[in-house]
Amino acid sequence: MIGLGLPRGFLVTLKNFVRPAVTEQYPDRHVGLLGAAKEAGMNPFQFLIKNPGNSLKAIAGLATVPVAVKQSPRFRGNEFTFYEDRCTVCASCAKYCPLGIIEIVSVPGKIDAQEGESYKIEVFDIDIGRCMFCGLCVEACPYDALHMGTKFERSSYIRNDLVISKDELFAAEKRPSSFYRPQFEETGFDPFSEEVTDYHDAGRHERPTDEDLKRKWVDER
Amino acid sequence: MAIKTQPVTVNLGPQHPSTHGVFRMRVMFDGEEIVDVEPIFGYLHRGSEKLAEERTYTQIVTLTDRMDYVSSMLNNQAYILAVEKLAGIEPSPRGVWLRMIASELQRIASHLVATGFLLQDLGALGTPLIYAMRERENILDLFEIICGARITNSYLRPGGVFMDAPQEFWPALDRGLSDIVNTLDELEEYLSGNEIVFSRTKGTAVLSPELLINASITGPMLRASGVDWDLRHRNPYDYYEKIKFERKLHTASDNYARYWVRVQEARESVKIIRQCIDQIEPGPVRPSFDDVPRLLRPPAGDAYAAIEGSKGELGFYLVSDGGIAPYRMHVRSSSLINLTLLRDMLIGGQFGDLFVTFGSVDLNMGEVDR
Repeated sequence: MIGLGLPRGFLVTLKNFVRPAVTEQYPDRHVGLLGAAKEAGMNPFQFLIKNPGNSLKAIAGLATVPVAVKQSPRFRGNEFTFYEDRCTVCASCAKYCPLGIIEIVSVPGKIDAQEGESYKIEVFDIDIGRCMFCGLCVEACPYDALHMGTKFERSSYIRNDLVISKDELFAAEKRPSSFYRPQFEETGFDPFSEEVTDYHDAGRHERPTDEDLKRKWVDER
Repeated sequence: MAIKTQPVTVNLGPQHPSTHGVFRMRVMFDGEEIVDVEPIFGYLHRGSEKLAEERTYTQIVTLTDRMDYVSSMLNNQAYILAVEKLAGIEPSPRGVWLRMIASELQRIASHLVATGFLLQDLGALGTPLIYAMRERENILDLFEIICGARITNSYLRPGGVFMDAPQEFWPALDRGLSDIVNTLDELEEYLSGNEIVFSRTKGTAVLSPELLINASITGPMLRASGVDWDLRHRNPYDYYEKIKFERKLHTASDNYARYWVRVQEARESVKIIRQCIDQIEPGPVRPSFDDVPRLLRPPAGDAYAAIEGSKGELGFYLVSDGGIAPYRMHVRSSSLINLTLLRDMLIGGQFGDLFVTFGSVDLNMGEVDR
């Protein structure tokens, strides 16, 4: 078959030439008038009348719309999700981290008549500038307080900005990844559209009902 | 009229795009002919073996990801097998099946990278590489579904894997496998009959089987010379004895044979994964923490476990003194050992074949230097 190999190869490249591209445009892609109108949520004529400037831009090919990257819910991202109420400051995460980048300092906290003594978190720093997102800290957490996040856009020009402090961790969006957290997968939780704000729902055990609590704390005593 | 020329020494690398990382060669040319080659490596040395001595057995899994960074699942598997042998752990059946599926997927990805970059070195700039990388991208998406990371997976744990595959993984895997077969068909139609590929790769860098065996070369390089040596068949680890697959052999032992063996092996891997899907059984994916605690303390002793990696025999040797960290870890990295015959392959060859031959070894500097 000498002589046929090259044309057959070119046929393959020709086939691929007309195939839809697999390149994902990120962070945004260029759209025409139709795409810009769809993004604004109106039909093209409406868009043309209401936003003549943007329409001209879109016709000239300068309009862009943001693109969300397709991710798996198990994605190990860098915005850690943390539930303060679930944490007992046992520092399992800090001990299990291969690089030792989690710093925890605790102080004696309140004494509750029902729950006993508890510790308060004084420092909880995660240096994600050195983190490799192996997820071992999340795997080690016995109370499901620490979860991997699903976001990844946290680049910075300053190295110190990459240290997630306690306040930042508490205030971060509660969009936990389902990495090592099968309870989220069982309920079909999608971190890209919903949040888990209540710390009761983040655990791997079922949330106790009021009757359960009454039986445990009132009837059995 | 023959022109007499003087040999010229040229320094190639370490920052050269065709050296697959940071590899340096001091090459002496006489005209177009290669007279002498001196490989120099160590530019990517990160001390993984030493770092392992101060990490617990689970934490070392993250280090093995970074050794051969295009086949991290296979590295995980080799390391975990060594730990299981050292600590006497009985793995969970479902975990073993899952890690076999993951490692075979990784083997396909690695062979696709090897094929793509071999053609890139041949001068086919871009096109075959992009076709191969497009398919690898699908495999990396599967890894993201199953373990949350694309390259540095850290999926395996002593006794199995850390988490079961989610529901959406199985249809995605089924779709991915038929895509892989299509891509391999396409690659073969594109390249296996191509006269330019023939004229550039056939008959170059021929090595005799005796020399390969004496230099303890393994993997596709050895099978391209007709030696039937595959650890999955010779010394079955995991559940490979329950799997039927063909060992594809080529007898020419040149650059084309190495390329051919890799593509055929990727096809066999697809068949292996299909058999794994048929035979996988429900159950836990790792033993309970009562049997295999997170902080392993294996008894004092040593263990060596090897797998058939994508580049050859990949072995981990662990010595334990009874503590939480290994006393010593040694990696038998196939890339480094396959590189030892570089002089025999290159000397006497042409300048144009230098990087093609280098690419056909399919080495990974992360594994050579560790």
